[in-house]
Amino acid sequence: MNILVCICKTPDTTAKITFSDNNTKFDTTNVQWIMNPTDEWYALVRGIELKNQLGGKVTVVNVGQSDSDQIIRKALAIGADNAVRIDAEPVDSYFVASQIAAYAKAQNFDVIFTGKESIDYNSFAVGGMLAEMLDIPYISLATKLEMEGNTATIDREIEGGIEKVQVDTPFVASGQKGLAEQLIPNMRGIMMARRKPLNVVPAVDVETLSSITEYELPPARSSVKLVDADNPAELVRLLHEEAKVI
Amino acid sequence: MSTKLVEPQTSNGTAHSKTAAGQDLYKHPDYFLVEELLTDEHRLIRESVQAWVKKEVSPIIEDYAQRAAFPHQLLKGLGEIGAFGPTIPVEYGGSGLDYISYGIIMQELERGDSGIRSTASVQSSLVMYPIYTFGTEEQRKKYLPKLATGEMMGCFGLTEPDHGSNPGGMVTTIKDKGDHYLLNGAKMWISNSPFADIAVVWAKDEEGIIRGLIVERGMEGFTTPEIHGKWSLRASATGELVFDNVKVPKENLLPKSKGLKSPLMCLSSARFGIAWGAIGAASDCYDSALRYSLQREQFGKPIAAFQLTQKKLAEMITEITKAQLLAWRLGVLKNEGRATPAQISMGKRNNVDMALKIAREARQIHGGMGISGEYSIMRHSMNLESVVTYEGTHDIHLLITGMDVTGINAFM
Repeated sequence: MNILVCICKTPDTTAKITFSDNNTKFDTTNVQWIMNPTDEWYALVRGIELKNQLGGKVTVVNVGQSDSDQIIRKALAIGADNAVRIDAEPVDSYFVASQIAAYAKAQNFDVIFTGKESIDYNSFAVGGMLAEMLDIPYISLATKLEMEGNTATIDREIEGGIEKVQVDTPFVASGQKGLAEQLIPNMRGIMMARRKPLNVVPAVDVETLSSITEYELPPARSSVKLVDADNPAELVRLLHEEAKVI
Repeated sequence: MSTKLVEPQTSNGTAHSKTAAGQDLYKHPDYFLVEELLTDEHRLIRESVQAWVKKEVSPIIEDYAQRAAFPHQLLKGLGEIGAFGPTIPVEYGGSGLDYISYGIIMQELERGDSGIRSTASVQSSLVMYPIYTFGTEEQRKKYLPKLATGEMMGCFGLTEPDHGSNPGGMVTTIKDKGDHYLLNGAKMWISNSPFADIAVVWAKDEEGIIRGLIVERGMEGFTTPEIHGKWSLRASATGELVFDNVKVPKENLLPKSKGLKSPLMCLSSARFGIAWGAIGAASDCYDSALRYSLQREQFGKPIAAFQLTQKKLAEMITEITKAQLLAWRLGVLKNEGRATPAQISMGKRNNVDMALKIAREARQIHGGMGISGEYSIMRHSMNLESVVTYEGTHDIHLLITGMDVTGINAFM
């Protein structure tokens, strides 16, 4: 199995999010970066499990600049065999998908994994675009994936239930909770990651289709009114007269 | 390559700076951006061990400490994550990492519990290190790979009932009986002894020279009674080593060990880890105190808004920052082979003293909750009462620094 896992960096979930330049730029000062959790916990780990089960190798690919190297090394420490960083600032989903497609076209990957979304911009878009650009099937929101020969049986989440899908390689799948469980890199893996190749390749020319004009923080949480449990009438009155929801 | 995690066990007595749901919310304090002095690899090591501790140690440790039981199930995980012998070369089962990496691992383990860190310290610095440094190639190959995985556990016998700060006065002896050594004597306050498979034991030969031997469980006349009733390191197993005419095969002598210097080299390695480990305990206390003081309200405002609370918090983060810088510099010197035993002694003394004071202050900030098992503070505080005197008491370390700067021995 020749497996590709797409990973990206996102701000740590506890990072304080601020904007600069009149709310047109994300201020990355003092922001700690982590590997996008759905890429790491589900896509990468399932890829490594499949390799351990069936043989082959796992390549991780990232579109980013050198500040992505720390999360790439982590992916190698967890168990990926080699890594490719496409040297460009990831502008939007179309740009990222185009870069990965340009790289993946010549590589004959059997399975390409993404996380279901990146937790920063939440676009859900790279996996689908990538499949389209490579002209191969896309199965999103996978919660279970088993391989038999060249055929994968995938459980994917749908509204109120599960859909079972069969697909032949090559294909793109996006992983979410349930597909695998988090692996913590151990000291041996961290040390061995030093010797694994991280190839930096130039980006291809891609048209930028979108740009961010302004950021806006969600409204601050309003205060909470506590209503005595013995006084449901007051709760009804508040919901009716103040919140105006009933 | 990686450690597969099982779902954390739940217990009714979980602790650590946490929410009501029992979640470990610890965040590593780094006021002076000391992590910028480290490599990406060091940061990944810290994050990984911290993640392991949050999943495996935090949910269960308070319960084990309350029951004075050792969580044996953690040994396999400690081996898998690479906490046993991380600086030992890969060919012997270690990870071949540098000393700062070792320090960071100890820091993150002790953030969970000093007893868990003690188990890893003993295995790494007091068992694997002497076998690697003073042992034969056969001994290295026989013991180190199994010690690295935790399949085999070791302990270290130097302290005796009547010889603590004065190990040179030991009365445990070996006599050359031709095809074996006859070992007699007793060792006291030995971490891991009740379950250890092997003990690295220090004893005087007929000429009064201290030598190291590997004593294996099952050798006739060798027993390891457990010490009960401790108010400190309750989640760590401590015991004695009793040798009653134990026949130790000659090939179990560590041939390159000679004189008191050999066990003191082991202690220097362990003390280096403690200098880092204590920062973990202190950081957990500070992190918990900061969060608690921002949530706990009195007189209509968070107690963090009161000047005396802020004084405590300000002093804590200042001392932690100084300790972090001291440990980092000590790590750089150790990596370069330039850290002296006296510098390591100062690091151990300063950082443990710092941690103990912070634990006591943090206990006050937590008020009544500070003595409860709902938070990790009292456990850390009680643990550190051991750490401040083991591996050289605070006072002995003062004398080491005193002798180093004056050239005058004030031990005797």
